[in-house]
Amino acid sequence: MNETKNDLLQLPNLERQPFEPRALKSILLSTITIICAVLACVPLFSVLVMLIYRGGSRISLELFTALPPTAFQFDGGGISNAIIGTLFMVGIAALITIPFGVLAAIYLAELGPYSKVATIARFSAKTMSGLPSIIAGVFAYAIMVITMGGYSAWAGGVALAVLMLPTILLTAEETIKMVPKRMKEAAFGMGCTPSQSMTKVVLPMALPGIITGVVLAVARAAGETAPLLFTAIFSEYALEPNDPTASLAVLIYNYSNSTSENQLELAWAASLVLVVLVFILNMVSRWIGSRTRK
Amino acid sequence: MNTLLQDDIILDCRADKIFYSDFLAVRDSHVPIRKNQITGFIGPSGCGKSTVLRSINRMNDLIRGFKFFGSIQFHTMDIYNKKVDPVAVRRNIGMVFQQPNPFAMSIYENVAFGLRLNRFKGDMDNQVEKALRGGALWDEVKDKLKKSGLSLSGGQQQRLCIARAIATEPQVLLMDEPCSALDPIATRQIEELMLKLKERFTVCIVTHNMQQAQRVADQTAFFSVDLSIGGRTGYLVEMAATKELFSNPQEQLTKEYLHGDFS
Repeated sequence: MNETKNDLLQLPNLERQPFEPRALKSILLSTITIICAVLACVPLFSVLVMLIYRGGSRISLELFTALPPTAFQFDGGGISNAIIGTLFMVGIAALITIPFGVLAAIYLAELGPYSKVATIARFSAKTMSGLPSIIAGVFAYAIMVITMGGYSAWAGGVALAVLMLPTILLTAEETIKMVPKRMKEAAFGMGCTPSQSMTKVVLPMALPGIITGVVLAVARAAGETAPLLFTAIFSEYALEPNDPTASLAVLIYNYSNSTSENQLELAWAASLVLVVLVFILNMVSRWIGSRTRK
Repeated sequence: MNTLLQDDIILDCRADKIFYSDFLAVRDSHVPIRKNQITGFIGPSGCGKSTVLRSINRMNDLIRGFKFFGSIQFHTMDIYNKKVDPVAVRRNIGMVFQQPNPFAMSIYENVAFGLRLNRFKGDMDNQVEKALRGGALWDEVKDKLKKSGLSLSGGQQQRLCIARAIATEPQVLLMDEPCSALDPIATRQIEELMLKLKERFTVCIVTHNMQQAQRVADQTAFFSVDLSIGGRTGYLVEMAATKELFSNPQEQLTKEYLHGDFS
């Protein structure tokens, strides 16, 4: 190297210069991005660690089978009614919103995408998707609790349905629209009626996307507290759909203020169960989503 | 409107005016389609040849703002008559598109699709095989009928689409640039297939490729673009037997186009 140093035809030096300012700046910036990416994982993991630490000890068969303890019962008890209540109310909400949302999405995506009805429906769904969940609760309180004369699982289901509908409708519309135009042309070219094209070609292709939207909406609704406070509140007894109904979210809300150590522990355990439930639902939706790309 | 057609004319297409919303896309084009012949539609981009082709089985109904003035007489019916069901039209006039578009289902189900739509009661396996043989694809796929139609190569996919279209025995087959997404070998296979298909069906093909028109078409319709009305309106310049059109064009515009003076 030294011999050719003054040679004009010397090859450019291609070796790394790790201590040049340019290189240092690059390393610094890369490090910052890595740190930020790591920090983004911290909330989820610290929540998980804390929940396992505080609630993990209560994970047992009893937790899933027994009813909640009273404030004067110093150990034992479970959250079975809250788990069943959450599943029941989310189930009602899904039964209402899936047919409703998917049929509306078919209209929005295919039949009258530019019609006034579709424009208004799309706009209101987008607005609704940002609706504070407490408003959904107040709404369901007004139309269900007052008219039916009391808190019930049905009212809770309706409140959750109000929250789930926009997500399901908008994702279903999006996935139906994403079915390639040439597939629809092929269907019509074969002599399909519009409904045959929809049921035999478009919906089967859009199905994984629609299911993903449904699962995400369910995952969100399962963790909602505010709408259920107004509609189902809480119960320490087994599920009775016409009466106040327990749910995981409201159980956590109630017991986290309790003076009973036993109930506090159950609140932590219920939090862990809820997070794991949401986690599983997300995994399911990702798994279904990944099957689409085949 | 129910004038009797000349014997060998199966489709008499008179596209007086075709609009997309306010845009006049095609004017004054009379294209008679003869039975068991291949009719080629050629011309520069934007000349309306695809628009006319897609009007023949009312595929353009799916486009917003599409309006057709004129008539397309198929047997004794004008297919633009209000009483006519466009779905029924498409079941009798099949279509093959520019991009191969098999459904995301098995090869077998792709071909059986139209048969199931028509509640076909006969031997399904037999009819599927017949269609795949008709599409010159049987030997290549007979061992993998359960595989997805999308797993095939582009040329095979296009032949699958042809098999799918002919499975229901339509009378007319419309092909909208069926080879433009394919390589020369696959193109040659489709062309050979078309020559076989015309024994059983009437074929209309839009093509950008003049050699292709010369190789396969019995008669050729040349369309061009008229810029004078302040838009880009396509119209039929002339139509004749292919040999006649290419060797002895009557119109100056045709002559220039065939010599490659413009495109």
